[in-house]
Amino acid sequence: MADEKKLFKVKIDNISVEVEPGTTILNAARQIGGDIVPPAMCYYSKLQGSGGKCRTCLVKVTKGSEADPRPMPKLVASCRTTVMDGMEVANITSPEVQDARKGVVEFLLLNHPLDCPVCDQAGECDLQNLGYEHGADGTRYEFKRRTFDQIDIGDNIKLHMTRCILCYRCVFTADQLTNRREHGILGRGEHAEISTYIHKALDNDFIGNVIDVCPVGALTDRTFRFKNRVWFLKPVDAHRNCDKCCGKTVLWMRGDEIFRVTARKDKYGEVEEFICDTCRFDTKEASAWTIEGPRKIDRHSVISQGHYVGTVKPKEILTDVLDGRQPRLLMDIHSVSEVNRPEIDLSKIDGPAHSDDFRK
Amino acid sequence: MQALTTRVKPVDRRPLTFVERLYIPSILKGMMITFKHIFKKKATVNYPEEKRPFSPVFRGLHILNRDEEGRERCTACGLCAVACPAEAITMEAAERKPGEENLYREEKYAARYEINMLRCIFCGFCEEACPKDAIYLTETFAPAHYERKGFIYGKPDLLIPDPKEKQTV
Repeated sequence: MADEKKLFKVKIDNISVEVEPGTTILNAARQIGGDIVPPAMCYYSKLQGSGGKCRTCLVKVTKGSEADPRPMPKLVASCRTTVMDGMEVANITSPEVQDARKGVVEFLLLNHPLDCPVCDQAGECDLQNLGYEHGADGTRYEFKRRTFDQIDIGDNIKLHMTRCILCYRCVFTADQLTNRREHGILGRGEHAEISTYIHKALDNDFIGNVIDVCPVGALTDRTFRFKNRVWFLKPVDAHRNCDKCCGKTVLWMRGDEIFRVTARKDKYGEVEEFICDTCRFDTKEASAWTIEGPRKIDRHSVISQGHYVGTVKPKEILTDVLDGRQPRLLMDIHSVSEVNRPEIDLSKIDGPAHSDDFRK
Repeated sequence: MQALTTRVKPVDRRPLTFVERLYIPSILKGMMITFKHIFKKKATVNYPEEKRPFSPVFRGLHILNRDEEGRERCTACGLCAVACPAEAITMEAAERKPGEENLYREEKYAARYEINMLRCIFCGFCEEACPKDAIYLTETFAPAHYERKGFIYGKPDLLIPDPKEKQTV
């Protein structure tokens, strides 16, 4: 009886939930789920020590606890603040929080370039969603934005430091998933940047996961670079026997071509299980995978456009009518169309396609 | 029998009178209307010589725009294709190589860009979706063809001429 843990009663946006002591407000909100979950750009439940940097998860604590009912004087970062018994938190019910979040988004976007049309992360970008939901329409920033050159970290990862919001997720990933940490943050404040020591190539079996944890398009897959937009690809759940990782992935396919392999992400954009680089970068043949079925994508996401569920394909009756003969095609589409040429296999090209790939 | 509408008029089935049987007053009445139209404003134009002005919101054939320096504006972001309700637009993107900066405005560009004019419904959503001011609908028709072949418009058909090349010619 004495061992039974006392559960803390918390009220978030007037919804009560009982959580274990030591839970953060963000995780308590995630136990309720729905609209009241504060957005998080830097907190990642699978990475120890993450959180507290981006300030997008700010909430208002209207009642500190049962013992001390005074409200907290300032907005607190919900990913770092643990709950107290009887705490009352306001997230979407507090205009102050909404206003502060708008300001935080504006700060995050200060140096972020408006290159979503070029960026491969567009369509699945946390910052894009955050800016869409909480951001202002325009920018008030009038000064020069900081810019960096793009760097290839290793063969498969591209770093666009200009797009980085310094969430430190990739640093934690590299620190906790691999046995040797090779990149981190250099410089301070305005000059801080993610970098490897003297551009040392990151080669590790699990380093590809920094692409998945990156909330923006700062770290992107070079094997997928500019190949296709994510919303034109069809995500399917697939697995393979892998001796390094769980082998459970999402394949981003177009027809039979696998354009990209990522880990499975939950509704908070966090991967369910980390995958190894062999699965991610080097296994792009459809025969190597066992396909489980289409991945469920939130229907408000642009990725789910054009993916209709439960469609019934009408039976092709032409061959029956023609006594088993195939219809004669009068026009080969490749004789008039230049796209999807059979001799150019974009998914097989190592890096991004260039002009000479199309000049063949 | 009950009439189906309230606007039913009973047909006058009385035999014609002598004046009506002459038909001349009715013919004169009809010819009056005919000749009146000679002096009215014509509803038609002599098409190839004379053309009607387009309305300011007319949406015709697409063009792909260039910037002031003649570089292609399109970055193959795919927003026109995703906005297209007829799924007429396809594209393939490529990365700009060093030395191609005078050809393409951004580091990514459309290596292939095709619009199937048979599918296109000229709704103008692509023009609205474009974040780079690259695609515009002009005041021209897609010309007619005898075959389906000529209706897939690639980049050479869509791109406007380079303003710098024009000066030299």
